[in-house]
Amino acid sequence: MAGAGGGGNDVQWCFSQVKGAIDDDVAEADIISTVEFNHSGELLATGDKGGRVVIFQQELESKNQPLCRGEYNVYSTFQSHEPEFDYLKSLEIEEKINKIRWLPQKNAAQFLLSTNDKTIKLWKISERDKRPEGYNLKEEDGRYRDPTTVTTLRVPVFHPMDLMVEASPRRVFANAHTYHINSISVNSDCETYLSADDLRINLWNLEITDRSFNIVDIKPANMEELTEVITAAEFHPNQCNTFVYSSSKGTIRLCDMRASALCDQHSKLFEEPEDPSNRSFFSEIISSISDVKFSHSGRYMMTRDYLTVKIWDLNMESRPVETYQVHEYLRSKLCSLYENDCIFDKFECCWNGNDSVVMTGSYNNFFRMFDRGYRQDVTLEASRESSKPRSVLKPRKVCTGGKRKKDEISVDSLDFNKKILHTAWHPQDNIIAVATTNNLYIFQDRL
Amino acid sequence: KSEGATLESGEIDDNVITPEKAEEVKLKARYPHLGAKPGGSDLLRKRLQKGQKFFDSGDYNMAKAKVKNKQQLPAVTPAEKAEITGDHIPTPQDIPQRKPSIVASKLAG
Repeated sequence: MAGAGGGGNDVQWCFSQVKGAIDDDVAEADIISTVEFNHSGELLATGDKGGRVVIFQQELESKNQPLCRGEYNVYSTFQSHEPEFDYLKSLEIEEKINKIRWLPQKNAAQFLLSTNDKTIKLWKISERDKRPEGYNLKEEDGRYRDPTTVTTLRVPVFHPMDLMVEASPRRVFANAHTYHINSISVNSDCETYLSADDLRINLWNLEITDRSFNIVDIKPANMEELTEVITAAEFHPNQCNTFVYSSSKGTIRLCDMRASALCDQHSKLFEEPEDPSNRSFFSEIISSISDVKFSHSGRYMMTRDYLTVKIWDLNMESRPVETYQVHEYLRSKLCSLYENDCIFDKFECCWNGNDSVVMTGSYNNFFRMFDRGYRQDVTLEASRESSKPRSVLKPRKVCTGGKRKKDEISVDSLDFNKKILHTAWHPQDNIIAVATTNNLYIFQDRL
Repeated sequence: KSEGATLESGEIDDNVITPEKAEEVKLKARYPHLGAKPGGSDLLRKRLQKGQKFFDSGDYNMAKAKVKNKQQLPAVTPAEKAEITGDHIPTPQDIPQRKPSIVASKLAG
């Protein structure tokens, strides 16, 4: 059976690599909380609950294996955020990295923004492969020489050294969010970025840390009247005045910063009409949007709610142009999913490089791809069992009732603790990064 | 939009309900006092209060003073740790400690 792919309907996904510990005993700190490729796809960053960032770099394709794309190996790792306790508000601030966003590369160094619930940091990742040697006043080991013993002068010279990758925090953007930050998004102007929490969105200049502009505020005067929160926000990929934010009620608002300083009034409101006869206790909860992503073209945006992925045309607010069922069989399990809190899981979604295929995660370490052009979808699994190098992934199928065929898995056998919340697609190639609870899988199409 | 329930043509069945509504009935049977507006204020306020711990410096200092007399810090069971307010007097062990920085991610190993 062909897999869903970009540009053709016969992409076959193969296992490439898996990162992380094999043992089942998962420490809280090792839970992966975000995955993001940089703009060229050469670097892949992960953030975890322990506040650490690990960056992988794609090796240049080796001449020995022409049919293999380069592997991703560890490039840099650092502690981005530490746990904090706000004594004034009696608030424990987790070090968990909620989001990482790369800046487009401007010089030899790489920059990324990483955020926890309260503080955003700009990190510079730079390489050092040369070291100056031959100082006049210092010995090679760093000890200072007695100036009176210096009889000749020499010019220090740069000598090659083993590559060292250094990560240093260049900016810390703190104290601007009362509620928990769920999104950051770098503007196409490369000068500003937004950060969104449950009730407010702020605009920052990348150079300025002591000031930020509030551009959206949905906090009601009386908190008793609170009916919805902001769940995600993103800048348009090429219109620097436009951004969108999604809500827990399933709506998306598009705002234009040229219209006014405070964008509480939306320019467009995207909402699918609901059939009132279908309304239930769960309707609002499952309509809550957990992720919103613009297409690379900027013409469409994708939203993920509990059971579906929807594609919206920015020119049409009345309803999505495409709706894909991720795991419709869960609709008859909503009661248990509410009791075990799974109904509140926040799944992310992503586009492939040419916007022809979209991907999102599910339970049992399954993830789904939807080919928009060929109207095909496939379910694949990230597991150690199908982890032989370059082995082709076999499509999986969930049996929803009746007789279970061989190789199918019944809904009741699904492991709801094995959730794939974070996935990422290389900006150009068919390489995907899929995060299970504590492992990072990299799959590539078969060349 | 189909919810998965089908009606045979000609069949009049007032009891046919969608899978989603069937799940709602199940939930209300287990939790009869569950509010009618699940997405409303209560749920959202619970979400907004994530991370909130309760600590009273007065109670803490009093407990410290009492404890000095006994020359021993009372042991804290995991169950007690969960209730900081009310009857339980917070002790130094209860206050969330700054977790030690973990050395390396296993992804980098």
